[in-house]
Amino acid sequence: MEAGQVTQPVPSAIGDRLKESMRQRPWLGAVGVIVVIFLALVVSKGLHDVAQTGVNGLSLGAIYALGAVGLTLVYGILRLVNFAHGDFLTFGAYMAYLVNVTWGLPLVVAVFWAMIATAVLGLLFERVLWGPMRAKHAGFLQLILMSLGLAFVLRAVFTWFWGTEVRVLDVNVTSTVEFLGLRIGQTQLIVVIVGVGVLIAVGLMLRLTTLGKRMRALSDDLELAETAGIDTRRVINYTWIFAGALAGLAGVLAASVTDLYPELGFELLLPIFAAVILGGIGDAFGALAAGLLIGVMTEWSTLVIDARWKTGVGFVVLVLALIIRPQGIFGKAKAI
Amino acid sequence: MTTLAVTFSSLTDADFWVSVLVLAGIYAIVALGLQLNTGFTGIVNFGMAAFMAIGAYTMAILVVKAGFSFWLSLPCAMAASMTFGVLVGIPSLRLRADYFAIATIAMAEVVRLIAQNARGLTGGNQGLFCDINNPSNCYTNTWNDLSDSINNFISNNIWSDPPSLLPLLIVIWVTLGIGTFVLMRLQRAPWGRVLRAIREDEDAAQALGKNTLRFKLQSLAIAALLGSLAGFFLALDLRTVHPLDFEPLVTFFAFSVLILGGLGSYPGVAVGSILFWFVLEGTRFIELPDPPFTETRIAAVRLAITGLLLIGLMAFRPQGLFGKRQEMVLGE
Repeated sequence: MEAGQVTQPVPSAIGDRLKESMRQRPWLGAVGVIVVIFLALVVSKGLHDVAQTGVNGLSLGAIYALGAVGLTLVYGILRLVNFAHGDFLTFGAYMAYLVNVTWGLPLVVAVFWAMIATAVLGLLFERVLWGPMRAKHAGFLQLILMSLGLAFVLRAVFTWFWGTEVRVLDVNVTSTVEFLGLRIGQTQLIVVIVGVGVLIAVGLMLRLTTLGKRMRALSDDLELAETAGIDTRRVINYTWIFAGALAGLAGVLAASVTDLYPELGFELLLPIFAAVILGGIGDAFGALAAGLLIGVMTEWSTLVIDARWKTGVGFVVLVLALIIRPQGIFGKAKAI
Repeated sequence: MTTLAVTFSSLTDADFWVSVLVLAGIYAIVALGLQLNTGFTGIVNFGMAAFMAIGAYTMAILVVKAGFSFWLSLPCAMAASMTFGVLVGIPSLRLRADYFAIATIAMAEVVRLIAQNARGLTGGNQGLFCDINNPSNCYTNTWNDLSDSINNFISNNIWSDPPSLLPLLIVIWVTLGIGTFVLMRLQRAPWGRVLRAIREDEDAAQALGKNTLRFKLQSLAIAALLGSLAGFFLALDLRTVHPLDFEPLVTFFAFSVLILGGLGSYPGVAVGSILFWFVLEGTRFIELPDPPFTETRIAAVRLAITGLLLIGLMAFRPQGLFGKRQEMVLGE
């Protein structure tokens, strides 16, 4: 080799190109992993079982994703790790119970009432708690502990009015639908359709409407958005309405496929956090995808391990995501 | 309107107050670890329940299943808890404070899930407890004998009829006193000053050549040690080791104790814990009419009090009772 010659690293064709594209589009890696898991499961357990558990996973995942969108926007925009978000879900579910069971009105009415009531609740706490605390320049620990206190108060209110006993909404849990050889519960099918439908609508709204763009802009950089002339206060209010309504809906869906009890939302909170972190904090699309992914993975896990371990899947995904890619599968590497 | 009556009979009940002080002592030990982590190192540890669980389960399993002596099982369990703390800390302490908080609560839930489901080892949802048919297989035996001899000594020399939990109370509060003393000394040593430097500005501490991850790991390991001690005491107090005793709520209650006492004050932890548990348990003496105050509703009121306490303190006095405002770095 002659002196002064600059040695160019020779790209070893496939390996480096794969690495490069992984760096550019990290979610490709995630898709690859899912495809591999899917194929492995189909080969070992058969398509029918994989599809059956996949449907269960989609209904669970839709609930996670609906909860995660609101949580991630609030987290991204307000830097608030809202531990009371799970109890927003429970609140929505109890509101639906009130309308659907206590007053005997149809579930559709109950769903809308739950969404409105939870949105109002979100707005209310913004007015009396989070807004004033931001004005005081409260630190992150102050906010996190305050949200924890709020979660306790909400759970205490549920327990006061509805006790600790397990309740069910007035939904049809027995009739099933045959579809391509799969036996799907009618309620579960509705949950999947409503959940995924609303998620697509949410995705389009965030992508296409001015409000959605403003929310994402605030989530990216609040001060920059303010400098750019966005009425941040208004967008923050809409974010709470949005987060509350989706949490309320997620709560009703969760109570329809399982049961309703005061800890319902808190038990969903950690997998929802997992979706938020896996999707990248503040990234609403990421939260959607990650929520569905974690739901499906949770149900698929029952094909391989005992079902009593399945709640661990969310935690494991959360811990792995934090260790390997804390910026989320869609996020760009930055200081975390 | 029904008037509220206070039952004075149990106000003078020594057994009751001793049990409250036992609980307060256990939570003060947990909060002491949180004070070191959150108050002085700036790492928000939401996983103390896991350290308690690992301490209590390791101790009980080693005694019951592996036939270890009680005294040998204690250092083993402490070591297990500290090792776990370091293993969890190495990847997660590099994260930002909010991510670390979520990572630790998830890790604590994984531990609880294992406790719940690894039935052969942990007894699952039954927990580990003394089997009446097989009392030799009981992790509390050694302690019970010791406790009895302490109480014999007390009844012969000091107090004719001591409460049965008095020996546990003494051991817990002596441990708490030693822990508080040692940590206060460490805080004034160079080591403690490095921790505070990390809390104030980790980059600056790093720029001064300090290996900040190592200091944070040491802080977490000490918290894990304190957590395992609290776990032993809880196991001896309740006489069972059960997954439900290590819910995230335990950590959150310890945080309430910490915040009430004040961030950045070690003696505040003990005072905060006594106040917290006297308020919560004291509500038992306000005799409320049964409808509407059922058992579950009173439990709900206690939870609401805790929540309102957290909200109120964070809004109006985030430094707690004894914390110093200038010592308080609550994250940016």
